[in-house]
Amino acid sequence: MKKIYIKEEYCIGCRLCEIYCQVKHSKSKKIIKAFKTELDMVPMVTVEEIGHHSFAVQCRHCPDAPCVDACISGAMSKNEKSGVVTCDDQKCVGCWSCIMVCPYGVIKRKLGEKKIASKCDLCQDELEPVCVKNCPNEALVLAEEEEKDES
Amino acid sequence: MALKPRQTDFEVVRDQDKCISCQVCLRQCSNDVHEYDSDQDIIYSDNSQCVGCHRCESLCPTGAMKIKQSESEFRQNFNWSPAHIKNIYKQADSGGVLLTGMGADRPYPIYWDHILFNAAQVTNPSIDPLREPMEIKTFIGNKSDVVGVDIDQGETFNMKLKQDISPQLVLSTPILFSAMSFGSISFNACASLARAARQFGTFYNTGEGGMHKDLEIYASNTIVQVASGRFGVDIDYLKRAAAIEIKIGQGAKPGIGGHLPAEKVTEEVSNARMIPQGTDAISPAPHHDIYSIEDLMQLIYALKEATDYQKPVGVKVSAVHNVAPIASGIVRAGADFVTIDGLRGGTGAAPQAIRDNIGIPIELALASVDTRLREEGIRHKASVIAAGSIRSSADIVKAIALGADAVYIGSAALLALGCNLCQKCYTGKCNWGIATQDPYLTKRLNPNIGTRRLENLLRGWSLEIKEMLGGAGINAIESLRGNREHLRGIGIGEKELAVLGIKHAGEAW
Repeated sequence: MKKIYIKEEYCIGCRLCEIYCQVKHSKSKKIIKAFKTELDMVPMVTVEEIGHHSFAVQCRHCPDAPCVDACISGAMSKNEKSGVVTCDDQKCVGCWSCIMVCPYGVIKRKLGEKKIASKCDLCQDELEPVCVKNCPNEALVLAEEEEKDES
Repeated sequence: MALKPRQTDFEVVRDQDKCISCQVCLRQCSNDVHEYDSDQDIIYSDNSQCVGCHRCESLCPTGAMKIKQSESEFRQNFNWSPAHIKNIYKQADSGGVLLTGMGADRPYPIYWDHILFNAAQVTNPSIDPLREPMEIKTFIGNKSDVVGVDIDQGETFNMKLKQDISPQLVLSTPILFSAMSFGSISFNACASLARAARQFGTFYNTGEGGMHKDLEIYASNTIVQVASGRFGVDIDYLKRAAAIEIKIGQGAKPGIGGHLPAEKVTEEVSNARMIPQGTDAISPAPHHDIYSIEDLMQLIYALKEATDYQKPVGVKVSAVHNVAPIASGIVRAGADFVTIDGLRGGTGAAPQAIRDNIGIPIELALASVDTRLREEGIRHKASVIAAGSIRSSADIVKAIALGADAVYIGSAALLALGCNLCQKCYTGKCNWGIATQDPYLTKRLNPNIGTRRLENLLRGWSLEIKEMLGGAGINAIESLRGNREHLRGIGIGEKELAVLGIKHAGEAW
């Protein structure tokens, strides 16, 4: 399956990926309105940074996803066809079991009206995820694993 | 601390209605202009630190920012310009030489903008370059005095040139990337230039920075420079290259050497330049072994000898008052190409007084060199490459009609990579990842993007050159070279027209 890969050497730590991710998953979908009014937004991609090294990390959509096994309410599921792991907001009860088992630490708590787990859904209704589309340095790429270095 | 006059050049205008305090501006600024106040959730900007590079403005996701010239104005005075006043303040403060980057920005006449190109009407047909072949392939090197052909009249009808042809650089378009050293610009910038040169079929120039080991694979598209500091020069460096250029001078700083400060001499730079890490890389003003044309000839032939006469060896000089006889001497000394770098040519660092006041514009220098070499009957013995602020394809067409074989582009190439001409290259804090060695900043230039953008520029300009040639009824760039009848001056005087060797607009053949 196509996943998002990061080219660390070109990640400039601007965090625009985080910003566009939040807007995409906001209610209004409008950047200024979302940031001024929806204060519970959580980015599903996170830029980790130390010194001049930085990289954006988001759900790896593991083939054998531990979060799916750990989910107590059946909210977390892996689509067999696309391989995408998603969390059903309606079913999620906010027990954070997924957060504890995630080996990459990429599942976030969304503390709004209802506590739910929040994770990358690969922006399935877009041609490419918004973080990839808006990365100003093409450090994020959407690719099959074997093609990730070619693009 | 004594009171210092304020010297704010730019103003950061932030629309608080649009600002979402995402802090992208803050993270992108190497000059510490922006500061986030978490109590108020507001970003404040310190205008006095802003250099006007527009990095924050370019990356702001909501378009909340604008960088404007500072509105604070001095009392109007046509003698004491704000630039003069601010420079005096700076020097009264520091007691030092004022440094700057890029090319001269003073309002000297730009002759490209006073020259018009021709087109064909009725008496000769124009050509559509999309339908008919249009040749812009360019050869750089010494051309034979005469060309003879031996024809074998037998069955195979073989033809063979009688003369040996001197080594030539073959360019798919008459544009090369100027000398910009690794050290003055980042590795990613060098890699972008090298890869774009390879993919487009032209050449880039190492400057006096040596050849980085990771760029050796592009050696066949590399012109290596031998300058007064001899940095990075050894026999392998010479043998790997496609051509060798002896650098005598640079348009931005004629008569001045180079100085790469110790802090920019990182491990990588030190390896490429073959000098100890953390030491100042000082290129002397003159070559200490060249005090005459005869001395220059010795170096040219030493380099030719070292490379078995397999590569063109050229000489780069800045356009100074005496450039025509100097160029004549260079050609007679055996150079295969002469590079003339004009007044407005760029640099990574130069004293502002030098950059803005020394040398002559490339248009005049090029015309006088071409005229002189023709008069002396030695124009074919060397190619002439014009440099020093080529801004568009039209400038290239005009340069070729004035007598250039090809042009070097430096500033234009950097602009394609993102440069905003803030002229702070010498600080090493380039926010666009070009003129810096800081690993936090250099990764901002992704060479994949850089290569693509440079290639696009070369492609766009090449298409435009073809269009202009076709419009003038010319189907090969060779027919335009030195063809000054295709040029007319506008709004310039008799003397300038005479130096340029062109008629005024309105004068027919």
